[in-house]
Amino acid sequence: MSSPDPTLDTANDTRKVLVVGASVAGVRTVQALRSAGFTGVITVLGAERHFPYDKPPISKEMLSSESTGEPVPLLTEDDVAKLDVELRLGAAAVRLDPAAKVVTTEDGEAHAYDVLVIATGASARNLPSGEGLAGVHTLRNAEDAVQLRSELAPGRKAVVVGAGFIGAEFAAAARAWDVDVTVVEAQPIPLAHILGDRIGAELGGLHELHGATLMTGVTTKRLVGETRVEAVELSDGRTLPADIVVVGIGAEPATAWLKGSGLPVSNGIDCEASLEVTGFPDVYAAGDVARPLHFLYGEPVRIEHWTNANDHAALVASSILGTPVPRPALPYVWSDQYGHRIQIIGLPSRGELVLTRGSAATGNLVAAYAGPDGVLVGALVLGNPRMLMKCRKAVMKSVHHADFERDLPAAS
Amino acid sequence: MEGTTTMNRRFACTTGDLDPGESMTVPGEVKIALHRTEDGEFFATADTCSHEEWSLGEDSDLEDDELICPLHMARFNLRTGEPTCFPATIALKTYAVEVEGDDVYVVA
Repeated sequence: MSSPDPTLDTANDTRKVLVVGASVAGVRTVQALRSAGFTGVITVLGAERHFPYDKPPISKEMLSSESTGEPVPLLTEDDVAKLDVELRLGAAAVRLDPAAKVVTTEDGEAHAYDVLVIATGASARNLPSGEGLAGVHTLRNAEDAVQLRSELAPGRKAVVVGAGFIGAEFAAAARAWDVDVTVVEAQPIPLAHILGDRIGAELGGLHELHGATLMTGVTTKRLVGETRVEAVELSDGRTLPADIVVVGIGAEPATAWLKGSGLPVSNGIDCEASLEVTGFPDVYAAGDVARPLHFLYGEPVRIEHWTNANDHAALVASSILGTPVPRPALPYVWSDQYGHRIQIIGLPSRGELVLTRGSAATGNLVAAYAGPDGVLVGALVLGNPRMLMKCRKAVMKSVHHADFERDLPAAS
Repeated sequence: MEGTTTMNRRFACTTGDLDPGESMTVPGEVKIALHRTEDGEFFATADTCSHEEWSLGEDSDLEDDELICPLHMARFNLRTGEPTCFPATIALKTYAVEVEGDDVYVVA
């Protein structure tokens, strides 16, 4: 990270920083504060008992038969010692009083702060009938992955509700275990709401190519089973036998604990481009839970990507300390499915598909999206990181899609 | 001085082999990524991203004096190898580059 600025007295800054959330955004914020030279007290409250771990492996490596299934740590015990941070695990925050500058945890303990960073992330949505029924899983944290992995065995029947990235990554991992997989998607075409019909169909086609069944335009009516799930009843009357059900229908920002705090919470926490919570000096939000004004799109955007949590951590540290603002980065997310790496830069949902090369079936796909003015707003590649980087530059520079296409080498 | 560098240096390419804004991997016992900025300047770094397994010579992007890994968007300063944003926190090893006429060498 960048060296401390000698003109800023970060070493004599005695403010007490409290970070609520011990995942990517929270932990990276601590690292960024320390690498900028901040020497004040830092406390991190984590709701889970697990040592801080990385999130992408939950739906990837942790489910693989080739891995140990253990969470991938975000840092080492040695790192924690060097960071000089008080790490409180199993300490879920339940209340915030911004006037008194106190956060209360589940056990009733009060944690005073000078500066608060809210990095509580997002929680997986479940089906109403899925709560408390064995065999029904969401996939958002390490415990979910450990439990789900223990259910994977050849010949078992899995029904995946939702053909988004979590559902698709689980389906791919389960097929590698020779699990019998059916993916049920409410939209007529998977991912059509963010990638459009054509590219959604390309990616949805991967399921069939790898032996999973894809059912679209149908919803889940009811989960059948007394204590353990036995089947999934669909809206069209069909019933699918199921040993395992994975619910991948998105996530909600984890803001329930902020009720009564007065913070501006709607879909996430409203904050300025600096990540300072609107109207609340000394309170910041970072990662999945934050909904700041976006530098490129000019309106509030909440992003649940892993890279966004990393970017926010660096930004929030610079806002707290008054150090130079890090270079703004485009939204970026990747997904590993059936041996393919899918990468998305920018926000394709803000435009229409204007360029396609290759296909998912051949393992090399490029799709670029432009807004009504023809300017590129996002792109997706499968198996082509080089083109991803070309698209990244073009989106960053607001290039018109016709100019972009003209400059492309014929073979890429 | 010439003797010590000659012993450890290897021929990478000719200046015409690497366009500005492009990178390549120089094979050898220790793989090295050779980068040429849009301004035409050459830099050499470790070939593998310090965050996760990825060949920076095969695929990476250059922006001003920074190198970007396309896997997770880690950025590094080309001159020092220092990471300039998350997720990378470990510097890339850097190597000297010597250009003699049209020939480009890296010193490992």
